[in-house]
Amino acid sequence: MAETPIEEMSFEDAIRELEQVVTQLDRGEVALEDSIKLYERGAALKARCEAKLKEAEEKVAQITLDANGEATGTTPVEGL
Amino acid sequence: MDDLIDDEGAGPAGNAPEFTVSEISGAVKLTVEGAFSHVRVRGEVGRLSRPRSGHIYLDLKDDRSVLASVVWKGVSARLAHQPEEGMEVIATGRLTTFPGQSKYQLVIDDIRPAGAGALMAMLEKRKKALAAEGLFDEARKKRLPFLPEVIGVVTSPSGAVIRDILHRLRDRFPRKVLIWPVAVQGERCAPEVARAIRGFNAMTPGGALPRPDLLIVARGGGSLEDLWGFNEEAVVRAAADSDIPLISAVGHETDTTLIDYASDYRAPTPTGAAEKAVPVRMDLLNWLRQQEGVLTRAITSGLTARGQRVRDVGRALPRPEALLDAPRQRLDLASLRLAPALKGRTQDARAKLDRLTARLDPALERAVASKRLELGRTSGRLSPERLQSVIREGRRALARWRLDPQRLAARTSQMDERLAQAVTRFGQVAEASVTRRRERLTGLERLRQTLGYTQTLARGYAVIRSGEAVLTRKAEAETHAALEIEFKDGRLGVTPTGATPKAAPKPAPKTPPKKSDPGGQGSLF
Repeated sequence: MAETPIEEMSFEDAIRELEQVVTQLDRGEVALEDSIKLYERGAALKARCEAKLKEAEEKVAQITLDANGEATGTTPVEGL
Repeated sequence: MDDLIDDEGAGPAGNAPEFTVSEISGAVKLTVEGAFSHVRVRGEVGRLSRPRSGHIYLDLKDDRSVLASVVWKGVSARLAHQPEEGMEVIATGRLTTFPGQSKYQLVIDDIRPAGAGALMAMLEKRKKALAAEGLFDEARKKRLPFLPEVIGVVTSPSGAVIRDILHRLRDRFPRKVLIWPVAVQGERCAPEVARAIRGFNAMTPGGALPRPDLLIVARGGGSLEDLWGFNEEAVVRAAADSDIPLISAVGHETDTTLIDYASDYRAPTPTGAAEKAVPVRMDLLNWLRQQEGVLTRAITSGLTARGQRVRDVGRALPRPEALLDAPRQRLDLASLRLAPALKGRTQDARAKLDRLTARLDPALERAVASKRLELGRTSGRLSPERLQSVIREGRRALARWRLDPQRLAARTSQMDERLAQAVTRFGQVAEASVTRRRERLTGLERLRQTLGYTQTLARGYAVIRSGEAVLTRKAEAETHAALEIEFKDGRLGVTPTGATPKAAPKPAPKTPPKKSDPGGQGSLF
């Protein structure tokens, strides 16, 4: 399980692993030592997921274009 | 024939007016262009060429005829639908002639597919061509990100579409949105949409403009013609080439444009695209909490189950007291049997002892009796006469010695030596024997004293003698005139009355045969 640290995981990766951890632990076939480690990892993954879920921020901008139709920048969009 | 020849001969002289080629060509031109200055022609597009000039030359045809046609460059640029070979079209324009080549043609002002069926047929054909290139292959489809950080939307910046998308995103999971404004119908539509898709892809991740990780190309419902820009090859190719996963949402659910085949996911509506783009945040939070619960429950029940197991196994262990029960019972049983066993053993031994004792008494009596017999015999051999003769002999031998002090001394010393030697030898050789005999003698003496008659005398018995003979019978005693009664402390001479004396017995020697006479022994030497 050489993988990216939990705090750098994408939401999707974190949630997928959390699912695996929960399934594994719920099945109850894990040795006591491992189950405690799994539980801790699960808690960390859950915290990561939660943090990502809290990053719910809406920001809408519109691309500005030059005469040739190429993007030059953005302008915020309000009221949509 | 003749008439014909005649006519021919007369021909030049006929009344028909005579035109020059140019005159007649000009007349035809006037007639044609005057009569067909604005016509609509329906037909199938035949051979078509687009020279560099920008004009389009094409044939319109039906099953019997062909009409040469041209679309001048300026007209071509603003056509909603470019003519394609095989397309059933309605062309609007005017007929002109081309006198230099005796030809006429239709100059087209507008050309469009002849109805929806024709358009659909064209679409089908284009779709087949693009599919043959593999642009619609499933293998090209990219997986949509579960939770995109930035969403790029290609659509009109005004209108319901972008509003619907933003609203739905806000409901589910607010995200960063970049809108690339485009015309969503008309001839500008396709090039702008294609450029927008490529433009988003050209952004560098983390650059000045945040590169989206999901694209939505959206447009509201409209006619087939309105949506036509999304069928254009340029748009389809841009969508197929996009490295960023792309959701298409063009028109209503029933409208299918070619971009839908090239996109990674086709949403039925713009709102549907927003729903596909992000998960519902609250659902995820709930799910997360649920997972946390499962996690906690699993670890707790895991620990509880293990604890229960430990207790169960512990309960199966025997109690320490129980372990000792069996040995303790054995000890009790053994203790109970110990006292009776000891008692029985003692009884056995006593019985054996009794048996042996019973056998011992007669044996002892027999031994005493035999000893008494032996004593009797020994006593018989102890006679005073024999002792006296030994003494007499000793005196004679003594008399033979003339006592010369010197000789005696020499003799004495000689004898001393011999004596010493003899004594030594005697001591050495006979000490054991003497000791043994002494012991025996001591034993016998003890026995003799015990059993001997002198002791008996003490108890009131008396020995009757006549001289040295011991009388034990009356008849014997009657034959003697004088008897001697030996008491414990001495002898008393008596005369039996009514006896017939035989002879007076000689008085007994002064020395009775008693052990208590060491002088007698000393005389032996």
